Amino acid sequence: MSNESHVVSYPRFLLRVLRMSLDGGWRFYVWMTALTAIALVGANAWAHQVANGMTVTGMTDQVSWGLYIANFTFGVGLAAGAVMMVIPAYLYDDHDMHDVVLVGELLAIAAITVCLLFITVDLGRPDRFWHIIPGLGRFNWPISMLTWDVIVLNGYLLLNLHVAGYMIYTRYLGKKPSPRWYVPFVFLSIFWAISIHSVTAFLYSGLGGRPFWNSALLAPRFIASAFITGPAFVILLLQLMQRFSSFRKAEGPVRTLSGVMRITVILNLFMLGSEVFTEFYTGGHHAVAAQYLFFGLHGHAALVPWIWTAVVLNVASALLLHIPAFKGARWALNAACVAAFGGVWIEKGMGLIIPGFVPSTLHEIVEYVPTLTEWKITAGIWAFGFMLLTVAVKVALPVLSGELRHSPRDLDESELEAEPTAAE
Amino acid sequence: MTEQASPQNTGRRRALKVLGATLGATAFAAAMEPLKAWTADLTLDQFLQRHYRELTKDQLEAVLRRVESDTKAKYGKDVHCEDVRPMEGVEFGYALNLSVCIGCRKCAEACHHENNHDRRTNNSYIRVIEMEQGSLDLEKGNTTYDHAVPAPGKYYMPVQCQQCDNAPCVKVCPVQATWKESDGIVVVDYDWCIGCRYCEAACPYHARRFNWEAPEIAAEDINPEQSYLSNRIRPQGVVEKCTFCLHRTRKGKLPACLEACPTGARVFGNLLDPDSEIRWVLENKRVFVLKEELGTKPRFFYFFDN
Repeated sequence: MSNESHVVSYPRFLLRVLRMSLDGGWRFYVWMTALTAIALVGANAWAHQVANGMTVTGMTDQVSWGLYIANFTFGVGLAAGAVMMVIPAYLYDDHDMHDVVLVGELLAIAAITVCLLFITVDLGRPDRFWHIIPGLGRFNWPISMLTWDVIVLNGYLLLNLHVAGYMIYTRYLGKKPSPRWYVPFVFLSIFWAISIHSVTAFLYSGLGGRPFWNSALLAPRFIASAFITGPAFVILLLQLMQRFSSFRKAEGPVRTLSGVMRITVILNLFMLGSEVFTEFYTGGHHAVAAQYLFFGLHGHAALVPWIWTAVVLNVASALLLHIPAFKGARWALNAACVAAFGGVWIEKGMGLIIPGFVPSTLHEIVEYVPTLTEWKITAGIWAFGFMLLTVAVKVALPVLSGELRHSPRDLDESELEAEPTAAE
Repeated sequence: MTEQASPQNTGRRRALKVLGATLGATAFAAAMEPLKAWTADLTLDQFLQRHYRELTKDQLEAVLRRVESDTKAKYGKDVHCEDVRPMEGVEFGYALNLSVCIGCRKCAEACHHENNHDRRTNNSYIRVIEMEQGSLDLEKGNTTYDHAVPAPGKYYMPVQCQQCDNAPCVKVCPVQATWKESDGIVVVDYDWCIGCRYCEAACPYHARRFNWEAPEIAAEDINPEQSYLSNRIRPQGVVEKCTFCLHRTRKGKLPACLEACPTGARVFGNLLDPDSEIRWVLENKRVFVLKEELGTKPRFFYFFDN
């Protein structure tokens, strides 16, 4: 191997990777241009929101969080769910999974970035972001759950950046990654993934004044639904990669992940059922928000179509995954993934956040409907997330398959022969 | 891959990329254009200003003068903004007699004027709930009644910040922009709040308000006697709340809502003074607090006469 120092080769690696990420076929350019356009529309809507105040949103003093926090919550689940690639690979030594762990990590990086952006656009004073930086501002740790969330989310982002970056870089250099530089971090990331979604659940479940959220089941429900959306997204992503790139290892991981989903969709429905039972059988004040969510309250029913769509999608995904006639049918699996993704997006998004505020703590009923500005910003952030993910996957693939290397002349023949993709 | 592409093709590709990047950067700058006007108002001093409790005497003095000159520039009014500190040996408590409150909302109106609230939204820190006789169930309450009061079969319950000893809003604030002062009043540093609204979600009494846009208020309507932690005109994008009118009460005056009450339903005073009226009410009336089961330990009490 060349003796070039990392100080020289790492920036060069980043530069090459960056240059490469901008190359592609017409499909790639169309895709990226469309995403850029959506992201710019979102950026413009946000600039207006900052300048004119959050009055441009549909939020009020009664419903003080809306679409942004709903998407934030869902995004955290997506990021945490990505660890479902890591668990089979490292805890159960599933070799097929080793190849796609990196995909999960890249998904986690994109999803966490999306989450951080949703928090940023929800701030009334984004110019004061530095007040929440430990050491610079006044960090209300350990009392405020939001400070825990700042730590675990950024920590998870760094962990995944490190592991994914290290893997790709060593492969680029044509070296075998050294286990001590990534295995401890991989195991840490498993616990960390659980923590990001638990802490996010505690953000809500710790509020005594909001009976709809004040449930010990919230964190387990978050985890179960995270382990639906993560695998669902990766199943679809792997198939797309197989179609549009030289990647050929989707089969095994798709099988494993659909096995995971088969369990988690049922678990999620079971926990939803437990909550619905407890709310409605007990009745009284505790059930008022659930009443509003599922059936409407005193003629106010803005969320009813949302939540029933979610229920239908979630039940449909469970059926598609379990009916024997559909076993092995790729369309059924893909439909189940899309349905589950959409179902959880509603259930863990609008279906979770808004009923926490309706009725208000003084039992006023003020409904919330997102404005166009909120939809623009939301679409913009997701578009940006997809751009990040596209570029990341696009860069990672040729490095892993050996198409892009530090310096092809230096390649050690023996290392080339020794299973180029199984080194993770 | 590009390595195999002809040099000509690569050149065209590069030109297209440069064009694309330029277009993208221009489009981004155009998209962010609205931020320009907003940042024009934001000085570096303001951006770097420390938390209220970290300000030195001189820094605080400069901040107060800046608040005054900003108000003059934006609202066209000369105001006096000071920093009123808690008094030694005083802890405030508030009690409200539900037997005599008639639901006229004079308290809410007085708050609106005293605290320089946004005129468009008719904001106030007090919400009066029309309650069903024979029930303490808020579910049966109504805050939007518009008939003559008192209506038969109803009683009235004004709700404002309960100045909890175990305040959920203080706990959840990620940047310590809100805290409890030694006289029991929960305050907000409007210049430190990041506007995440976690406190609004945490408060069980709907006591907090967010400035969804910059308050609008005519110069002649502005109350010029202001303080940093209470009734100065709040900036856009931050949370505010009832402060028991600390700019008045810390100088021995009564809260504006109490002075406005035509029925004498409101009792305010020093909980540490055994001869105060508030102490007499707490010792002699059947007093209760709202949502006691949440363990928030309010300093705002309700009672019935008989």
